Amino acid sequence: MNTPSDLLYAKSHEWLRLEKDAATVGITDHAQSELSDVVYVELPKLGRKVTAGEAIATVESVKAASDIYAPVGGEIVEANAALTSDPGLVNREPYGQGWLFRVKPDQPKPAGLLSPADYAATLPH
Amino acid sequence: MSAIASSPLAPCHKTLGARMIPFAGWNLPVEYSGLLAEHKATRQAAGLFDISHMGQIHALGKGALPALESLLANDPAKLRDGEGQYTFLLNRCGGVIDDLFLYRLNSEDFLLVVNASRHAEDLQVLKTSGCKDVAFQGAPGNAAGMALQGPKSTDILSRMLQADGTDPVLPGRNRIAKYRIAGHQVLVAATGYTGEDGFEIFTDLSTGPVIWNAILEAGKTDGLLPCGLGSRDSLRLEAGYPLNGQDLSPEITPIEAGLGFFVDLNRPRPFPGRSALEEQKKNGTQRVCVGLMGQPGQPPPRHDYPVFQGERKIGVITSGVPSPTLGHGIALALITTPAPSCGQDLEFEVRGRRVPVKVSPRRFIPKK
Repeated sequence: MNTPSDLLYAKSHEWLRLEKDAATVGITDHAQSELSDVVYVELPKLGRKVTAGEAIATVESVKAASDIYAPVGGEIVEANAALTSDPGLVNREPYGQGWLFRVKPDQPKPAGLLSPADYAATLPH
Repeated sequence: MSAIASSPLAPCHKTLGARMIPFAGWNLPVEYSGLLAEHKATRQAAGLFDISHMGQIHALGKGALPALESLLANDPAKLRDGEGQYTFLLNRCGGVIDDLFLYRLNSEDFLLVVNASRHAEDLQVLKTSGCKDVAFQGAPGNAAGMALQGPKSTDILSRMLQADGTDPVLPGRNRIAKYRIAGHQVLVAATGYTGEDGFEIFTDLSTGPVIWNAILEAGKTDGLLPCGLGSRDSLRLEAGYPLNGQDLSPEITPIEAGLGFFVDLNRPRPFPGRSALEEQKKNGTQRVCVGLMGQPGQPPPRHDYPVFQGERKIGVITSGVPSPTLGHGIALALITTPAPSCGQDLEFEVRGRRVPVKVSPRRFIPKK
């Protein structure tokens, strides 16, 4: 499974890319592969305040609905509108066009997230 | 069965790189190449499904027919040799212990193909029924089965029969017969759970993998894919077929489920649940199963979501899925009577929000 080296990871299979004023969040290659065939994504509303570990989005495949958790606390500043018409982006480009939302973190340094190597070690071999 | 059972086709699934999941006490493939690809292959070409977990019970002996007449809800006396029917094993209240397919192989050998989750209970009910001159055989895990489904399945199987020097005339719908495939004698029934033309093949444990591999090889050029439980569920729901444990249960009768066609109340012999069903047929039921059609771009309906008409909760979704063929949600729901008619607007609730659906026929794709 692809685990890019420039991202941080949550045990619950979200990734976080820290940028200048906010962080982009998506689900990992492993997560999209487990879910398979994403057909619907429900994203958080702009301006919503979230706490780390809170279920704030839902990704639905043909099989099941899965909760997506906020990797950090903060305010939602953007949601990926492209997923409304093309939810399959989550499968095709989990680290690219298939991102889910952007959050402005409360804390400058996010706590409790995993390095790429530590996340990769949690995955089945 | 306490331990997780393994299919006789497990080595084939491993070679194919299937993703396995526990289901009704079995470890079974949920998908190989992907649910959507497998679903599409079955609708447009063909799919091959492992159904070894489905119980194969034989009712043997000269008392077999009278025993089944007194135990099952459809009328087995209507069957001639080589014919099959969908039927039910009911409890005294008319609730469904199991829904099954009954085939008459001959006057003293009937094959019951039952749900994995109910197999042990079915055997218990049958064996303790006190019926005379009949033996019920077929413990869980003693046989292999597979389903070849889709528009190309007749071509694929015909070619295999020809290769074995057999007359390539396959059984008509709901019929069953013995054939020689890949050098082995097997039972082939023209039945399935996908809404497509297709066949179910029943054989023994050691022959199973041989037949499985031979069919996959024979269908390679037709676009045949091995298919898992994931697409089996989305395919059956598009065809409006019920799943035992969701759309059918000991608390739901065939009449409530809209399957009264498969219950025969016109014959003299009593069977468990008969009087409850007669009462429901005469006076109507409190609940009835309806189809629900969603819209593109809306969250899909799922099992257990509540259903509303305005502010009134009128039922619950028993099975729901985003239909790969239609591109929107479809569902079966158990609704309080009088049920709204086809085309009427209802809503289901998910994550605190209401989603619009329309009442529809339970068959969501056109009949073949």
